[in-house]
Amino acid sequence: MKNSFFGVRSGLAAALAFGLSHATFAATELTVYTAVEAEDLKKYAARFNEDHPDIKINWVRDSTGIVTAKLLAEKENPRADVIWGLAATSLLLMKGEGMLHAYAPNGLDGLDSKFRDKSNPPSWTGMDAWVAAVCVNTVESDKHNLPMPASWKDLTKPVYKGHVAMPNPNSSGTGFLDVSSWLQMFGEEGGWAFMDQLHQNIDHYTHSGSKPCKQAARGEVAIGVSFAFRGAKSKAAGAPLEVIIPSEGIGWDMEATAIVAGTKKLDAAKTLVDWSVSEKANKMYNEGYAVIGIQRLAKPVEHFPENIPQAMIDNDFEWAAQNRKRILAEWQKRYDSKSEPKS
Amino acid sequence: MSEAFLKIENLTKNFGQFTALRNISLEVFEGEFVCFLGPSGCGKTTLLRAIAGLDIQTQGSIAQAGEDISVLPPAERDFGIVFQSYALFPNLSVEKNVAYGLESRRAHRNEVSQRVAELLALVDLADQTKKYPAQLSGGQQQRVALARALATSPGLLLLDEPLSALDAKVRAHLRMEIKELQRRLAVTTIMVTHDQEEALTMADRIVVMNHGVIEQIGTPQEIYASPASQFVADFIGTMNFISARTASAGKCVLEDLEIAVDTSGLEAGQPVQLAIRPEDVQLGADDALEDQSQARGTIESLEYLGAFVRATVELDQSGARVQADLSTGDIDQFALRPQSSVAVTFPAEKIRLYSLDA
Amino acid sequence: MAGASYLSGTRGSPLRRKSSSDDRAMRLFILVIAIYLVIALAFPLYVMFSKSLENSQGGFVGLQNYLEYFNTPSLVYSIQNSLFIGFVTTCITVTIAFVLAYALTRSRMPGKPVFKTIAMIPILVPSLLPGIALIYLFGRQGLINELLFGHEIYGPIGIVIAEVFFTLPHALIIIITALSIADARLYEAATALRASRPRIFFTVTLPGVRYGLISAAFVVFTLSVTDFGAPKVIGGDFNVLATDIYKQVIGQQNFEMGAVVSMVLLLPAGLAFVVDRIVQKKQVALLSARAVPLEPLPNKRFDSLMLVYSIIISIFILGILGVCQFAALVKFFPYNLSLGFSNYQFDLMDGGGWDSYFNSIEMASYTAVFGTIIVFAGAYLVEKGQGLGPIRGAFQFLAMLPMAIPGLVLGLAYIFFFNSPSNPLNFLYHTMTILVISTITHFYTVSHLTATTALKQMDSQFESVAASLKQPFYRTFLRVTVPVCTPAILDISIYLFVNAMTTVSAVVFLYSPHTTLASVAVLNMDDAGDIAPAAAMGMMIFYTAAGVKILHYLLSRGIESRTQAWRVAVAN
Repeated sequence: MKNSFFGVRSGLAAALAFGLSHATFAATELTVYTAVEAEDLKKYAARFNEDHPDIKINWVRDSTGIVTAKLLAEKENPRADVIWGLAATSLLLMKGEGMLHAYAPNGLDGLDSKFRDKSNPPSWTGMDAWVAAVCVNTVESDKHNLPMPASWKDLTKPVYKGHVAMPNPNSSGTGFLDVSSWLQMFGEEGGWAFMDQLHQNIDHYTHSGSKPCKQAARGEVAIGVSFAFRGAKSKAAGAPLEVIIPSEGIGWDMEATAIVAGTKKLDAAKTLVDWSVSEKANKMYNEGYAVIGIQRLAKPVEHFPENIPQAMIDNDFEWAAQNRKRILAEWQKRYDSKSEPKS
Repeated sequence: MSEAFLKIENLTKNFGQFTALRNISLEVFEGEFVCFLGPSGCGKTTLLRAIAGLDIQTQGSIAQAGEDISVLPPAERDFGIVFQSYALFPNLSVEKNVAYGLESRRAHRNEVSQRVAELLALVDLADQTKKYPAQLSGGQQQRVALARALATSPGLLLLDEPLSALDAKVRAHLRMEIKELQRRLAVTTIMVTHDQEEALTMADRIVVMNHGVIEQIGTPQEIYASPASQFVADFIGTMNFISARTASAGKCVLEDLEIAVDTSGLEAGQPVQLAIRPEDVQLGADDALEDQSQARGTIESLEYLGAFVRATVELDQSGARVQADLSTGDIDQFALRPQSSVAVTFPAEKIRLYSLDA
Repeated sequence: MAGASYLSGTRGSPLRRKSSSDDRAMRLFILVIAIYLVIALAFPLYVMFSKSLENSQGGFVGLQNYLEYFNTPSLVYSIQNSLFIGFVTTCITVTIAFVLAYALTRSRMPGKPVFKTIAMIPILVPSLLPGIALIYLFGRQGLINELLFGHEIYGPIGIVIAEVFFTLPHALIIIITALSIADARLYEAATALRASRPRIFFTVTLPGVRYGLISAAFVVFTLSVTDFGAPKVIGGDFNVLATDIYKQVIGQQNFEMGAVVSMVLLLPAGLAFVVDRIVQKKQVALLSARAVPLEPLPNKRFDSLMLVYSIIISIFILGILGVCQFAALVKFFPYNLSLGFSNYQFDLMDGGGWDSYFNSIEMASYTAVFGTIIVFAGAYLVEKGQGLGPIRGAFQFLAMLPMAIPGLVLGLAYIFFFNSPSNPLNFLYHTMTILVISTITHFYTVSHLTATTALKQMDSQFESVAASLKQPFYRTFLRVTVPVCTPAILDISIYLFVNAMTTVSAVVFLYSPHTTLASVAVLNMDDAGDIAPAAAMGMMIFYTAAGVKILHYLLSRGIESRTQAWRVAVAN
C-alpha cells in the first residue's frame, strides 16, 4: 500500500487505485478475529506463512469482550473466516448460537483432552491456557507502604484502597475469567460479596485485560489485576514488577481456535486450524505461555511464576459460558460507575 | 435599412412580484448606435441582459437578423459584450484575453495572432500585448475588453456602462474613440448608460427608460428639443417647470400672461406644467416691458458658470422661480444685479406643456 | 425540448431559456455531486435516525430506546457531564483566546507571527495527544503532579485542560478576525472625547467583537461537547456523550442505543450551528468597507504584559508537545529515563503498527485530492450554474450540514448505512474508500465555504463574457477560475489533509484490519496501556501535518511571487 501511494502520479491513476490499492497478492486471504496480544500477531502470521505462504492472514484484533461482541453482532453477515486466539468461553457461546463450523483438525489426537470441545467433531480446539495473576509494582508499594498481597482476599484490605486496577469483564476476557473464577471459588454469594469489597479498593476498571498490568508497570497504579503472560512480559521489559499467584487459586481460560460457519474459504480455514494444533504452533505458544495444548512440549517461561499449573482452578467452562450474560449484566449493574469509557 | 436588425416585441420581465420591464417594443437597425438611458433601476441593464440571453425575459420576443433568439442561451446568440468591470481574465495577458474567443475555433495559430495584433492596433494597444490587465490603466483595460468583444466579429456589440468606472477626462476621450471605432466597423451597438452626456454625444438614437417602460425613443436632438414626457424633460438637461393652466385651444395662462402654445391633447382649463429650458428664457430690462408675453420678475441670484451666467428669477406675481441662462454680454447690457427687476420672456415655440398626472 | 412552452408572446407560463450544452453538462455535474452528498450524508443520517427507533432485531419500537435511555441514570448523567465540560471549556478557552487575540492585534509586542504560529499548533495533532501529555504531567507518576494539590487529572480537570488546548486555535482565528475588522476612526473619536482606556475597551472594543465572541463560544462549545479523543484518554470514569456513543457501539455492540445517544448529541451541535449561522450573517453586516485599519500605539507596560502572557500560552502549547515527544523517547517511564526509539516499534503494539501511519498518509492524500476536486467543483457549480434552483438550494443546505454533525455520529451513521447487506454500496464497507468518503464529508462545510468565498470574489461576468465568446464553461473553469482560485484550492487541500491525519471520531467506526489509521492507532495503543507508543505515534502525526503545512507555506509563497504580476488585480 505504501507503493501504491508513492507510485501514483496522475489523478486518473489515483482514481483507479482508489479502493483497489489493497489488491490481493497471496492466493487466499483469511480474515482472522483474535484477542491474542498485539505484539505476537506478526509472529503468529509469519510462522504460519513459513509453512503456508499462499494464505494471507488479515488480523482483526481487540480485547476478548469486544471481539466476542463483534462476532455476535455480525452473526447474520459474518466477516470473519477463522477465530484464532479467543477465550474458549466465548467460543462456547458462539457454538450455542450455531456460529461455528465443527471440524476435527489433523493432529487433534495430540492435544490434551482439556484443550478441545467435547463434541465430536469439536467446534473449537485449544491453544494455550491464559491465567490470571496480580501485577504488583514494588517501587510504588514501597512508596505507599503496601504489604505484598498473597491472596485475592488480601486485596480487599483497606490498605489497598485506590491502588488496584482491574479489567472490566464486559470487554476483557481476563476480567471475565477473574469474575467467573471468583464466583466458582467463593460461591455465587461469596463471590459477589468479595467483589463488593474489592470494588471499594478499585481505582478504576480498564477496558483491556493487559492495561492494569501495563499501568502497574508504569506506576500509574500499584496493583493491577491482569494475567501472568502480561506480567512476565512487562517484567522482562524492565518494570519493577512482582507477579503474584493468589493462594486461593487462579481463574484461567483457553485461547482457542475455530472456523466461522458459512466462511467462503473453508479449505484455507481448515489449513490454518490444522496448523494451529501442530507441534510447531504449540512450541510457538510456549514462547509466551507456560501451559499449552500439547503439554509434553512445554518448557518453563522466563519471569513466569512457577506454581501456575497447580494454582489453576478446575474451571467449568460450560457453566461460565451459559451464565456469561447474566454475570456480566449483574456486574455492570453493580460496578460500572468506575469504568473507563469503552467498557 | 427597411427591416430592423434587432426586433424586440412586448418584452416583459418579472422578478417575483416586481416588474422590471413592462411591454417593451423596440427596433434597432443595422449599423446603428443605440443608447439605453435612464436612472438606476429603470430596467436598462435588465433589457440588455435579456438581449444577451443572460437573464431571459418573462414574456415577449427578440429577433436578431431575422432569427427568433428569444430563448436561446448566450452562447448561441451573436454578440460581443463589454461590462463596466471589464471582466478581463486577470491571469491571462492582454493578447491571450483578446484571443480567448478565437482560439478554440480551430483557427490557425498565425491567423489568431494576426487578428489579435490587428485588434490591438485598432484600440491603440499594440505595444501592451504581453502585459496583464492589472498592469494597465483603467482606460487601457476598457479598450482590451472592447478588442476582446470585437474579436469574433459579432453582429451586435453590447456595452454595459462601459465608461462609468473611469475618471472624467479618460471618459470623454474614450467616448470619442468608441464612437469612432463603431462608425468605422459599422457594428450595431447597444450601450447602457445613466450618463445623459454620454448618450447625447455617442448615440444615433436614444431610448429613455423609467420604471421598466420606454419613455421616448429618438435622436439626441429630438430627445433634447422635444422631450415626450415630463420625466424625459426633467432627466435630460436642465428644465424649468412652472405651474400653469390651459386656456382656450392653443393658449395657456401663466401669471397674468396668455401664451400661445401647442395644447393638443389637453383640455381647456386644465392645470399643467409649463416646461422651458433656461437657455430659452429671455431676460430684458424692466422698463422694456412691451407686450403681453412678458412677465415681471426680480433677480434672486446670479451664478457664474464660466461661459454663461445662470440667473434665478422670482416671478413677482406667483413667486415661482425660473432659471435663465445669459451671456456675460447680456448682463452688462441690461446692468443686471441681484434684486434687479427684469422682464421675462417665454418664447412660445420653446414651450412644452405636460399634464399634471403624467 | 423546443415547443410551446416558450413560444413568445404566450401569456401565462414565463419563458424558459433553452438549455445550452453547457447548461446540460453543468446540471449533470451538479446532480452527480448532489447525489454524492445525499449518499454520503443524507441517507446515512436518515438510516441512523430510523435505527434509533428500532430494536436489535430491526423491529420498529417507536421511542422505546429513548425511554430506556432516559431511564438509565448513568447515561443521562453523561448529558450533564457533557454540558459541564462544554460550558467550562468555553469560558476558559474564549477568555484565553480573546486576550491572546488582543495581544496579537492591539499590542506592539515583538514576535507576533511566532506566537500566532505556535497557537495554531493544536490543529495539527489529534485531540488524544493533549490527554496523553497530561498523564505524563499530572498522572500518578506525573512530572509536576504536585501542582494539582492532590486532585485527580483523570476526569473533568483533565478533559477541560485537554479541550482548551484542542479548541484554542479555533477560537483564536475567529476572534482575531473580529478584532482585525475594527475601525480606527471609532477609536480616534473615543480618544478625542477623552474616554479612558477601560471605557474605550468596554464601549468600543467589546461591542465591536461581540459577534466574533459569540461565534467563537459556540464553535468551542460544539467542539468540546462532541470531541471524543480527550475524554477517552484522560476522562477516567467521567463519562460524556461522545464516549457513551463509543462505549455503546464498540464496547457493547449496542448499535441502537448508540444511535439514540447520537441523536441526543446532535441537539447541542445543531443548536450551536444555527446560532453560529445567524451570528455570522450579522458579523458580515457589521463589516464596513470603508473601515480604516487600526494601528496599535506603543505602550511599554501593556506591551510587556501581553508579551509575558503570550509566552505563557506558548509554553503551555509547546510544553504539551514537548512532553509527548519526551514520553515517546523515554525507554520506560518513570523507572528508566534513558532515551531510545523502542516506543516506535509500532508493529509490536495494537492499532496496526507502522502500516497505520502509511495508511493515514494515503488516506489523507486521497482525501486532499478527491475532496478538493469534489468540494471546489461543487461550489463552482452552485455559484455559477444556471437553472435547477431547488437542487442548488438543497445542495447548499447539504454542504452546510456536516458542520453540525459530530464525527462519531457520522461514523456510526455510516456503519448503519453501508454495512447493511441490502445496500448495493455494501462493498465499500471496510475499504479505504469509505474512510476517504467519510472524511471528505466530515470536513465538507469549511472547505465548501472557503471555495465559495474565493469564487464570490471573482468577477461574476467572466462566465457571461466566455459565453458571448462561445467558449465552453469548462475551458473558462480550467483556464481562469482554477488559476485565479489556486490559493483557496491549496488551502482546501491542506485543510483536508491535516484533518484527515488527525481525525479519530468518524473513522474510528470505519477502519478495517487493512486500513488502520495512525490517529486510531494512538487511541488503541492508549487503550491497551501502551501510552508511550501512543505518544510517539501522535507526534508522528504532528510532524507529518506540520511538514505538510510548511510545504504549503512555501508553495503558496512560490505561487504568489510567480503570479504577482496579475494577482494584484484580484486582491483589489
